[in-house]
Amino acid sequence: MPTTYEPIATTTLGTAASQIDFTSIPATYTDLKVVFVGTATSATGLRAQFNSDTATNYSRTSLLGDGGSVYAQRATSVAFVSLGINNNLSTTIPTLRTMDVFSYAGSTNKTVLTNESTDTNGGGAATVAVQMWRNTAAITSISLNVSGTTIAAGSTATLYGIKNA
Amino acid sequence: MGLKMPSTYTLISSNVLASTATSVTFSAIPATYTDLVLRLSLRASADGGPENVQITFNGATSTYSSTYVQGTGSAAASSRYTGQAIIQFPNVINGTAYTADTFGSVEIYIPSYTASQNKPLSGIGASENNATGAFVNATAALWSSTAAITSITIDQSGGNYAIGSSFYLYGISKS
Repeated sequence: MPTTYEPIATTTLGTAASQIDFTSIPATYTDLKVVFVGTATSATGLRAQFNSDTATNYSRTSLLGDGGSVYAQRATSVAFVSLGINNNLSTTIPTLRTMDVFSYAGSTNKTVLTNESTDTNGGGAATVAVQMWRNTAAITSISLNVSGTTIAAGSTATLYGIKNA
Repeated sequence: MGLKMPSTYTLISSNVLASTATSVTFSAIPATYTDLVLRLSLRASADGGPENVQITFNGATSTYSSTYVQGTGSAAASSRYTGQAIIQFPNVINGTAYTADTFGSVEIYIPSYTASQNKPLSGIGASENNATGAFVNATAALWSSTAAITSITIDQSGGNYAIGSSFYLYGISKS
């Protein structure tokens, strides 16, 4: 049976850092999956950007429930994939963020599914979203980062490659 | 970036019910993986439904919490549970009132299950049956325990899981 789900790289922060980068991503897979578990040194949203593109080439439509209310939101022409849609990283309790990137090496715009699971025993939210990077280039790098603070030590991010053959 | 290429998505154990059961337990889960994934296909044998999946780890009956967002064909809602004896994944088990031969589906992702930190997890589920009464939901949950997860019990809010319900536990390695 061929191997179809492989770890490409993983990072566990020994010290707080403003970003975790996956570079030189090979084009040999069909899809990518990023799994992040961690905290921040002050509450903030986690973000992702592809190929160092910080221009407003991203968009998203999301569904969020915070334990009391439900929000469906859309953001167009924004500068990053959000892994913190009104749903910050905790400073104390690790939370889970996943991102599936489809056909990342293809020559079409890139579709991304994200899932934010942030239950902090009294706070947090469950969020799912479809997001897009309007760029036809193959994705060769992914940056996970935060603005104005740092991802805390002990946080882990892993990049997996998924093959369809 | 160092490349690592071993196989990583491995079936640890499975159970496809040949007779009804109130719960299914995966025990003696090895600590050799990084994350766990549960993939469940579920129907209740005697309750109209929909029913909830109820999960506990290591036999513990405290310190669970969860937040979920849920949609039907016409409305959406969100609720939160704190200080629970179980983690609830609501309305993902098709009951007897649902279209015959339809099963609810759930995928539960448990990262860093051996880490000495509180355990976050996520669930995505649905009880589609080509009729009213279907739900889709996303759940964020937390087990406030630093213990490594060595067993998972998958109970439910109704009486029994129906024959044909399936339970698959996978391990994912990052190295």
